[in-house]
Amino acid sequence: MIEIRSVTRSYGTFKALDDATLTIREGEFFSLLGPSGCGKTTLLRMIAGFDDPTSGAILVDGQPMDGIPANRRPTNMVFQSYAIFPHLNVEQNVAYGLKRLRALAQVSLVGLGKRGATELSGGQRQRVALARALVMRPKVLLLDEPLSALDKKLREQMQVELRRLQQAVGITFVLVTHDQYEALALSDRIAVMFGGRIAQVASPKEIYQRPANRQVADFLGGMNFMKGSVVEANGATITLDTPGFCRVRTDRPAGFSGNGHATLGIRPERLRVLWDDARASHEISGKVVERHYFGEITHLVVDVPGFEKPLSVTETNDFGADDLPIGAAIRLGYDPDALVAMAD
Amino acid sequence: MKAILSKWLPAYAFLYIVFLYLPVIFLPIFSVNTSAVPKFPLTGFTWKWYVELTNTPALTTAAWNSLVVGITASILATILGICAARAITRYRFPGRTAASGLIMAPLVLPEIILAISLLIVMLSLGLELSLFTVVLGHVLICIPYSVTVLNAGFEGFDRSLEEASADLGESSFGTFRRVTLPMVAPAIISSLLVSFTISLDEFIMAFFLAGTDATLPVYIWGQLRFAAKLPGVLALGTLLLVGSFVLLTIAEALRRRAERRVQGKGVAIA
Repeated sequence: MIEIRSVTRSYGTFKALDDATLTIREGEFFSLLGPSGCGKTTLLRMIAGFDDPTSGAILVDGQPMDGIPANRRPTNMVFQSYAIFPHLNVEQNVAYGLKRLRALAQVSLVGLGKRGATELSGGQRQRVALARALVMRPKVLLLDEPLSALDKKLREQMQVELRRLQQAVGITFVLVTHDQYEALALSDRIAVMFGGRIAQVASPKEIYQRPANRQVADFLGGMNFMKGSVVEANGATITLDTPGFCRVRTDRPAGFSGNGHATLGIRPERLRVLWDDARASHEISGKVVERHYFGEITHLVVDVPGFEKPLSVTETNDFGADDLPIGAAIRLGYDPDALVAMAD
Repeated sequence: MKAILSKWLPAYAFLYIVFLYLPVIFLPIFSVNTSAVPKFPLTGFTWKWYVELTNTPALTTAAWNSLVVGITASILATILGICAARAITRYRFPGRTAASGLIMAPLVLPEIILAISLLIVMLSLGLELSLFTVVLGHVLICIPYSVTVLNAGFEGFDRSLEEASADLGESSFGTFRRVTLPMVAPAIISSLLVSFTISLDEFIMAFFLAGTDATLPVYIWGQLRFAAKLPGVLALGTLLLVGSFVLLTIAEALRRRAERRVQGKGVAIA
């Protein structure tokens, strides 16, 4: 549907986007995820036609977009500021591109048609922006951080609505966001970007569970990292030894040179506290050194002998993790499959 | 200390406002007084000084001159102001701060110096002194005001509005007509009104650069030499005062409306 072929965008010597190659499939909810300045918005704006690649090509629906201005592209955009025309009312805003008002109903704006654009709440403005873009029947809908201006509760509600809407209209959505939870919750696939480069393109689950490198792992949430020495490496797998964990055989990470050291990581929620006489196939023991209460969960920092750094553990409060005293000796269980190897 | 201040500050503010506006209020009062000498007690109410105004050909000529100069200068100053304001608010370029500083400079330069310099330049260029040279002078002093008003209108004009219009299939010209122009129209009208008002009241430039064609302030100044003409001048002054007040009020209302419109409501960009 959208093909990004080694696209680079330079401003002088600074490369906002550096040799990005990417294919976005038809009907897919695709997210560009990364911290600010990673090039995700630059890429989106080049797909929309507000900016041109310094080199490389962008194809939408098989058509090269080179030289085609924004007003003749089969894409429509929802802007971060929503860009609602303040001098027009809701109906005039939605019908700006053409006179078809079906989209009003689709995003539940019925009854707001004559209301002035400046009288709308944040959520309503977002809906108007969506309706205005969808009424154009684009092949691709581009969304530039459309939820970042909303408060947390409304944002979560709009996330659900956005996902439903995408499934209902069935067109390709490309979302730019710096919010990893938003990307994980909404997308079919995610491209994680850092410093103008694409670090990994995969499904949310794979991105979260099998991050390509430490940077991706870190950006998508907490992770315990430890050095592992490579015992054996072949085409598809490597076997690692760490001081604390058992010997682990796992997928060979991208960019792994072949021998020496690699990093092993495990998400905090994949370390489970073993209460009373509960058992796990793999166990380690340590002492609680910090405890942080977050309502539905408690975040523990556990000092385990053999590990260079204390481990982060996220535990639900069902069994009293929120009452664990500092210094308490606990046992942690883990599944070796939850351990992921990274080259760096 | 605080107590003394809170006691005397209102009194000070009151005196200040009286000093500022009392003389202005005398103007209309004496302009409808039957006596030709502006002093109390008032002798009676009359419109005769106003009626007399319409029978003075030199005055109607001066009024016409002022109108022509005001309209021309305000249009020119606004066109140039639009270019400057657009550049200042939209683009980052070397010398941007210097340029905007230089545009504002006529506000603080002594006007008489400006007028004399302009006179020298005009004469050495071989330009005949006429209403045209007055217009040039007025454009110069109107631009800072026009740019200030227009900057307010253009600033905060979310660039993505124009992009959204293009994104929705509109051409560049269509975008200008359907989005840009309606958004900045109040600021443009406001700039025209402010420039016109300034040109209408301006004396020094007009005095130096007008040649034989007097504008209203120059005419008024000429009339002040004759004591008998004073009530007429007061009447004329009152008319100018009311006119300026109305125009500036409309301009300010439009400017505020433009500001509200451009900034919108509930727009929070994280």
